[in-house]
Amino acid sequence: MSFDEIYNIALMQGFAGLSLFSVLLLMGLGLAIIFGQMGVINMAHGEFMTIGAYTIFLFSSLTETYAPGLMQAYFPVAIVFAFLIAFGFGWLTEWALIRHLYKRPLDTLLATWGLSLGMQQVFRSTFGPKEVSPTLPDWLMGSWAPSEGLDIPINGLFVLALTALVTGGVLLALYKSRWGLRVRATVANRPMANATGINTKRTDRLTFAIGCGIAGVAGAAFTTIGSTGPTSGSLYIVDAFLVVTFGGAASLLGTVASAFGIAQTQSISEFFLTGSMAKVLTLLLIVTILMIRPQGLFASKIRR
Amino acid sequence: MADKKDTIPATLTDEQRRKVLLGMAAAPALMVPGVSFGNAQFPTAKVNTTKLAVTDTEVIVGQLHSATGTMAISETGSIQAEQLAIDQINAMGGILGRKIKVIKEDGASDWPTFAEKSKKLLVNDRVACVFGCWTSASRKAVLPVFEKENGLLYYPTFYEGLEQSKNVIYTGQEATQQIIWGLDWAAKEKSAKTYFLVGSDYIWPRTSMKIARKHIETVGKLGKVVGEEYYPLGHTNFNSLINKIKVAKPDVIFVTVVGGSNVAFYKQLKAAGITGAKQFLLTLSVTEDEMLGVGGENFAGFYSSMKYFQTLDNPNNKAFVEAFKKAYGPKSVIGDVTQAGYLGPWLWKAAVEKAGSFDVDKVVAASPGIELKTAPEGYVKVHENHHLWSKARIAQGQPDGTFKVVAESADLIEPNPFPKGYQ
Repeated sequence: MSFDEIYNIALMQGFAGLSLFSVLLLMGLGLAIIFGQMGVINMAHGEFMTIGAYTIFLFSSLTETYAPGLMQAYFPVAIVFAFLIAFGFGWLTEWALIRHLYKRPLDTLLATWGLSLGMQQVFRSTFGPKEVSPTLPDWLMGSWAPSEGLDIPINGLFVLALTALVTGGVLLALYKSRWGLRVRATVANRPMANATGINTKRTDRLTFAIGCGIAGVAGAAFTTIGSTGPTSGSLYIVDAFLVVTFGGAASLLGTVASAFGIAQTQSISEFFLTGSMAKVLTLLLIVTILMIRPQGLFASKIRR
Repeated sequence: MADKKDTIPATLTDEQRRKVLLGMAAAPALMVPGVSFGNAQFPTAKVNTTKLAVTDTEVIVGQLHSATGTMAISETGSIQAEQLAIDQINAMGGILGRKIKVIKEDGASDWPTFAEKSKKLLVNDRVACVFGCWTSASRKAVLPVFEKENGLLYYPTFYEGLEQSKNVIYTGQEATQQIIWGLDWAAKEKSAKTYFLVGSDYIWPRTSMKIARKHIETVGKLGKVVGEEYYPLGHTNFNSLINKIKVAKPDVIFVTVVGGSNVAFYKQLKAAGITGAKQFLLTLSVTEDEMLGVGGENFAGFYSSMKYFQTLDNPNNKAFVEAFKKAYGPKSVIGDVTQAGYLGPWLWKAAVEKAGSFDVDKVVAASPGIELKTAPEGYVKVHENHHLWSKARIAQGQPDGTFKVVAESADLIEPNPFPKGYQ
């Protein structure tokens, strides 16, 4: 094997790690807001991703039937709608279910798990039990090959860019906007936030809905990588919780660092070991670190 | 037959005449002269000595698949095909003059539920036979029940082999029927010397790959295995694996990845620049059903080894595809297992008519040697070991999501669930 080839493989392997990082981060981001900031264990988070994925599928089939000329352009619009629809459902869920259970975290776990089962069955009845895949625009498929033997997946680049955009947006909103200020105030000290005139109930609802909306975007992005079925959400939920818990529940920066760490460990060990062994090694590392640092990588300073 | 025809009283209606003729064709030995009404020829007391749910006009069978849960994706096709075959048999007058009635049970993708429901079907409902199961895990869960209660199961999925039961007829391929011929073909057609094996991490892929490795390295002496990898079910990130494949540069990628992982695998292969035009890939786990999710554009140019493809060009298959689409919509697709599911009721009908009885022991005894000339896949025959003689075929995925059959074994391949030298 020549030096060129080794160089190319190393580059592609590096990108594989980056691409897994962006997937994990996108998965964890919405949850970091809901679980990290609000302390709600939302077991239905995966299903909100599935809502986003099915939105893309719906848009793809509608465009294919009614406006085949727009096939190259529907995707970005569909992502916006994926956010809006998941946001709407999140709003509704908070109003109907979550707000009654804020003081009972274990009951929230059960209630949202029930919700996730219910949503899965609704998907199954609506879209059928078979896995579906939207028809992607041509510009999202194939690889970018800057030189012979070097192929960078375009869908990977796309997810990476989208993740950067969403993460940047969330960080900006959380630290520079009025909403962000209210959220941080509520997380730090709820009674005091209430006393200063912040409508914490409204803040909660908005925060939950935004978290769900981001899950919708994540689901939409994953249609470029995998397929969508009624139970796809349950595949993501474990990884999402893993990323958020490992990063330190209340810290967004922790989520980013944790996604990066897990992704690189997994992807590098996958290259040198077998797939199953790589997973074992990654989980062992996570468990060990969590034993030493139960609060996760980055613990935020809040008054308990 | 000519002289027997003369014994039919001239007063018979057309309907009665047809039934008698049907009966004669099936079981001439049981001819009783002086037929005057429907089932006198096969009185219930005679065709059912084991208290099965058989009356003068009806026979009850069970159907046990997952209509809900993760496996519903795959099992829906089998449910539909079995129902179609039963409807067609009923339209022809049923079996031994009796209409088939189906009790549908949902295994819900949960193996203990399968065992429980099979017990309900056999003990409470006393069904004459059951069409059902899809995964090996569900089959292993119901097997003890079928053996204890002496039931009869028609199992449609291609599977890993290493099993044979008096109480099960396997209408799909066991591992060697799908693997060995396909690998030989790859070695001959593509002069393949190096093989990279990729599978999901559970019993079927692991057993299949064990057979494949033995065949490649020892028995068939085709070449060398340069990599063997398994990933957990539901795994969706294959970029590292794809880089490993790029390092190994195999002549053949041999794949048994299943479920949602399948879609991720092919999408990422394409995104990494590994396409059918550059790389030879042969899989045992992509049928028309999986293709819906994978998408023709991602699988185009790769090869699949099965016994049945929807595009098979023969009159049986044309009629089958037409009937299936009429029943379940023009967009429905038919995969390998769906077709194998369709064979079940027909094979059972032939065995019951040969035995002249619904009793499980007699039907089982009559089963070996049963032929089906009307099978969509062409022609099948039941082997002594309860598996089917069938042909092996290789087809290439097309961009529109269909398969183009490119090779077919000359003869029927003998089922061999316990292959010597492959253990």
